Amino acid sequence: MSRMNIDLPGLSLKNPVMPASGCFGFGREFSQLFDLSELGAIMIKATTEEPRYGNATPRVAETPAGMLNAIGLQNPGLEKVIGNELEWLKQFDVPIIANVAGSQTEDYVQVAKEISKVENVHALELNISCPNVKTGGIAFGTIPETAKELTKKVKEVSEVPVYVKLSPNVSDIVGMAKAVEDGGADGITMINTLLGMRIDLKTGRPVLANRTGGLSGPAVKPVAVRMVYEVSQKTNLPIIGMGGISTVEDIIEFYLAGADAVAIGTANFVNPFICTELIAGLDQYLEKHNVDHISELKGLSWK
Amino acid sequence: MIQKELMTVVAQSEIAKNIFEMTLKGTLVDQMDEPGKFVHLKAGEEVTPLLRRPISIARIEPEKQEFTMIYRAEGAGTNVLARKRPGDKVNVLGPLGHGFPVGEAQTGQTALLIGGGIGVPPLYELSRRLNAKGVKTIHVLGFQNQAAAFYTEQFALLGETYVATVDGSLGEQGFVTDVVNNHGLKADIFYSCGPTVMLKAVEQLHAAPHGFISLEERMGCGIGACFACVCHPSADETGTSYLKICSDGPVFKAGEVAL
Ligand SMILES: Cc1cc2nc3c(=O)[nH]c(=O)nc-3n(C[C@H](O)[C@H](O)[C@H](O)COP(=O)(O)O)c2cc1C
Ligand code: FES
Repeated sequence: MSRMNIDLPGLSLKNPVMPASGCFGFGREFSQLFDLSELGAIMIKATTEEPRYGNATPRVAETPAGMLNAIGLQNPGLEKVIGNELEWLKQFDVPIIANVAGSQTEDYVQVAKEISKVENVHALELNISCPNVKTGGIAFGTIPETAKELTKKVKEVSEVPVYVKLSPNVSDIVGMAKAVEDGGADGITMINTLLGMRIDLKTGRPVLANRTGGLSGPAVKPVAVRMVYEVSQKTNLPIIGMGGISTVEDIIEFYLAGADAVAIGTANFVNPFICTELIAGLDQYLEKHNVDHISELKGLSWK
Repeated sequence: MIQKELMTVVAQSEIAKNIFEMTLKGTLVDQMDEPGKFVHLKAGEEVTPLLRRPISIARIEPEKQEFTMIYRAEGAGTNVLARKRPGDKVNVLGPLGHGFPVGEAQTGQTALLIGGGIGVPPLYELSRRLNAKGVKTIHVLGFQNQAAAFYTEQFALLGETYVATVDGSLGEQGFVTDVVNNHGLKADIFYSCGPTVMLKAVEQLHAAPHGFISLEERMGCGIGACFACVCHPSADETGTSYLKICSDGPVFKAGEVAL
């Protein structure tokens, strides 16, 4: 499948399709369904220094063509992620992108420093865009100067390239992208979820225990495509695009907008085999349309 | 092994108010080895409703490669499902989770099965398996009212069956726990499925020395990857331990989960 291999900072990908953070756990469950080595990469669940339980349930709610989630960065903590999860993932021939989260700069720096030393972690994804935690997360993702400073600090300690995951909950996405580029980011991943809410008519209260949650799925795709389109024209950083992808046509659309690779989130819940199906389908699509290499499609909508 | 299959609807009927019984056929049934597991299904290819729906397995017929499920049509997903007719297809992922351990009840012993509302269905296959093994079953089934009740005769064919309704329109008036107390029911083991408040009350009963409960929660993936369906274990000093209802459960040892 030589028309699908992609080289990005730190990442030599067999194909440009990877599961998005938080939608694939640490891969264990999916390994019962298919060989994880087939994936371009794996973005693991957000890791924080200490174990986190996350928010109360209900944590998910259905919405038209999408879903809201307020998991709250639940994870077993840095030590266990390194000792159990990443160790276990070493049996697969697949690069890991470690999603790093925290409440303050020191947390991010600490996690980044340790997790970037692990052999199968080929890149970091700084999660400055989680809408579901009270402190940190989103604050880092909405103020350009803060995002830039954090990126700088993490770059100083990381042993692998650093991608920054942008939040769509901002008025100037290009400004955010430029800020993290100034901070020394090696790449951008986008978008995280859009802040939303659903109210139960029977109880008159929000459906989610956390009240608000992040919207994902097909409903957010046009927002993501627009943002990739804008950012790719204004920065030189490679972009891993995501937001509502569930078909091969969606992947092509992200490429035309300006993405270098794509990640699949919510669609894994609808069809846990989606990533492998898309990898096979994408190759067929390229063949049928006489595309010699997928990267030829990048940014064609504005070039 | 977990499989994904477009299964064929063999039969569907409304057996109580908004309660549907659907039988599906396909090779996925070969994987159904234990009562109490569930399937995660999607009625159509549309993006709304987007997510799958977890539904418990009420009856397994391996020879025919068919299984039956009983569900309440109450939301977008289950309403689409309720409109399916024989011959239609349903996208099924399963079987998922850990079910009721039949092996925990010994031949000759008595098992008390306590179900509430839409928690009643998985107890049916469980009761069939227990009886096949020579375990005597006593059933206590709770419903909102007569219109919402189902499968009481089917259970009665398998063993002593008591029915409780909140308004007394069928069986005895009250909760399942009242029935157990009023009749002084005793057993070697209990199995229960229903709303969490009911399970909590069932765990306080002293009708059997040990037992198993099946929990419900809103789900995303259904396979243990998204952390949508977590609960706290009862023994949790740090407050950060968790159990995933979809993959560690839905059946847990009574007392294992903080309800
Ligand atoms: C249940 C759930 C959990 C998520 N957890 C994380 C996370 O831990 N870290 C992160 O950076 N993004 C997380 N996300 C966001 C996704 O990685 C992705 O950016 C977003 O869902 C948009 O893509 P999609 O529409 O394909 O799902 C999560 C999304 C969902 C639905
Ligand atoms: S529903 Fe995803 S972990 Fe249980």
